[in-house]
Amino acid sequence: MSSQTTDRRQDASASASVIDQPPTTPADAGALEEDRDTLVKIFQQMLLIRRFEEKCAESYSLGKIGGFCHLYIGQEAVGVGAISALRQDDYVITSYREHGQALAKGMSADAIMAELYGKATGCSKGKGGSMHLFDASVNFLGGHAIVGGQIALATGAAFASKYKETDQVTVCFFGEAAVNQGAFHESLNMAQLWRLPCIYLCENNMYGMGTSAQRAMSFQDIAAKACAYEMASEVVDGMDVMAMRQATQRAVERARKESLPTLLEARTYRYMGHSMSDPGKYRTRAEIEKYQERDPIKLFKVRLEENGMLTDDDVAAMEAEVREQVDRAAQFADESPEPAPEELMTNVYANPLR
Amino acid sequence: MAVITMRDALNDALREELARDPNVFLMGEEVAEYQGAYKVTRGLLQEFGAKRVIDTPITELGFAGLGVGAAMVGLRPIIEFMTFNFSILAADQMVNSAAKMLYMSGGQYKIPIVFRGPGGSAYQVSSQHSQALESWYAFFPGLKVVMPSTPADAKGLLKSAIRDDDPVIFIEQERMYGMKGEVPEDEDFTIPLGVADVKREGTDATIVARSLMVPTALKAAEELEKEGISCEVIDPRTIRPLDIDTIITSVQKTNRVVVAEESHPFCGVSAEITAEIQERAFDYLDAPVKRVSGVDVPMPYAKNLERLAIPDVPQIVAAVREVAYV
Ligand SMILES: Cc1ncc(C[n+]2csc(CCOP(=O)(O)OP(=O)(O)O)c2C)c(N)n1
Repeated sequence: MSSQTTDRRQDASASASVIDQPPTTPADAGALEEDRDTLVKIFQQMLLIRRFEEKCAESYSLGKIGGFCHLYIGQEAVGVGAISALRQDDYVITSYREHGQALAKGMSADAIMAELYGKATGCSKGKGGSMHLFDASVNFLGGHAIVGGQIALATGAAFASKYKETDQVTVCFFGEAAVNQGAFHESLNMAQLWRLPCIYLCENNMYGMGTSAQRAMSFQDIAAKACAYEMASEVVDGMDVMAMRQATQRAVERARKESLPTLLEARTYRYMGHSMSDPGKYRTRAEIEKYQERDPIKLFKVRLEENGMLTDDDVAAMEAEVREQVDRAAQFADESPEPAPEELMTNVYANPLR
Repeated sequence: MAVITMRDALNDALREELARDPNVFLMGEEVAEYQGAYKVTRGLLQEFGAKRVIDTPITELGFAGLGVGAAMVGLRPIIEFMTFNFSILAADQMVNSAAKMLYMSGGQYKIPIVFRGPGGSAYQVSSQHSQALESWYAFFPGLKVVMPSTPADAKGLLKSAIRDDDPVIFIEQERMYGMKGEVPEDEDFTIPLGVADVKREGTDATIVARSLMVPTALKAAEELEKEGISCEVIDPRTIRPLDIDTIITSVQKTNRVVVAEESHPFCGVSAEITAEIQERAFDYLDAPVKRVSGVDVPMPYAKNLERLAIPDVPQIVAAVREVAYV
């Protein structure tokens, strides 16, 4: 017992700069085992998310998107890799940084962009905005703006799957800063205690707004925290989309077959500020560039090309297609009507009071 | 007097009180190195050091409760919520611990703490980031609730809140940080909690307004003046304790009342004020008390809907016309 405690402590001090170390993925991580169509689709999704978000930044600057707008650029491999390992009817729930995961889950780019523009055709009818995208038709349980708020909800969705014996899995995305919240610890405890099919996927991009994890977390080895609940966990290279996919596949199997939760820690990086209003002065140019060298899209492109699955022409064609899709979404959002004034009063109650 | 923003007035109050009392410390998300999410705490880390100006993890319940415990044993914490929307996570510590401690301990443990930060409606940040929660906190005996509407009030009231021996909820309207006004530079300048301010004198109708609704009511009063309706604008400045006497005195003079607020009307502060008026000044009323409140829905994101959800000048003008029967 005591020696175990000591070991952990040694780990903790060894990990004082854990966030600077490359992730410790298994030797076979990231292998290209799938057929070309699957791989190309994964690549295309990452590309779509990148271009979609570049458009978001542009539209935000033009005042077409209001409120807070948190971009996912740099983290595409996490959302796309993880969601690619799911069945269509599995659940995904996440935070305010959710445009990418929403697209990966199969939501329409048009409906997302229209939501960001505050239009009636948006996925939440213009009531939710950037931080509150929802789509029940693809089991996307939403973007949630309170740090850690979605973690308990995910636990509830997993509880429901087990209750109804559906074998659906829930994946819950959250940032590393949310790990400090009570909701994280309370959820993991219940999930393991009651064997709930939930995957807690921490996107460790090393910063909660302007505060580095080193300044906010006494022990930064997030995956290791699972041991407090005797939960399975894994650290994954969040810049490697295949590593993300395969780690999630392992967790999905554990959830579906054994009805057991997993904590995954994806080591990743966000290129932009916390939100569009954050200049991000707390990071150096050099640090950002260091991570951009391992850009998830670039890395995957090179691997696909090396394996003869993609040519420059393919990429060019895909680029054109994706850009057109994004432009169409923006045009759709632009041309869509604002919500009707009466919409202010709808959806407050499912059974209206009067 | 210098003309400064509400943001700077609050910053001055924090600086002066940190300098005055070594037991005062400031804690919250991004208050130190980032210089404050809304820059209210700019420069304070540099001036007072990391012992007194402290960045926290995103753990509202934890650091709010830490503040309450520190207050029990002699410190005077100022806990900043990045916005009051996140105070909901800490509500247990604020309500079940801070509010009741003095009472439960038979007067042994006082809790001289200030919970402060931006609140109210914001700019298109939707339901989870945009709401006026003052009625909530005002509900609990043991808590004091303050909402300034001018830079001078912000400074004077915050200094009083920090010096007060009870837990004070100090809500700064997010849209008002850039608002400018004259602010006394005197370090002894304070404004007592529980004293309303007559922001404008008038004879035909009283508008009771707080926070963002004060400048809105003042604009409405200007418009009504052109029609020959003279409005008195009363700003209670603190919701608890509520200076109902000043409001009643005004009602006795004008005989007509509109209560304006951003927050929901149901079980809200305006309901409380209205009830007090009918109990204490019913015979003076020439018209039923009229409320102008935020629409009773969660805040929507879309710009046009958001605009409809928050009371504006025309709504207050219309309400005054209604009570004045014109
Ligand atoms: C309870 C709560 N406190 C504070 C905030 C303000 N806030 C929003 S995001 C954020 C940083 C969160 O960082 P992290 O969880 O690591 O996620 P990331 O933004 O890196 O994806 C903060 C402080 C909030 N939304 N909710």
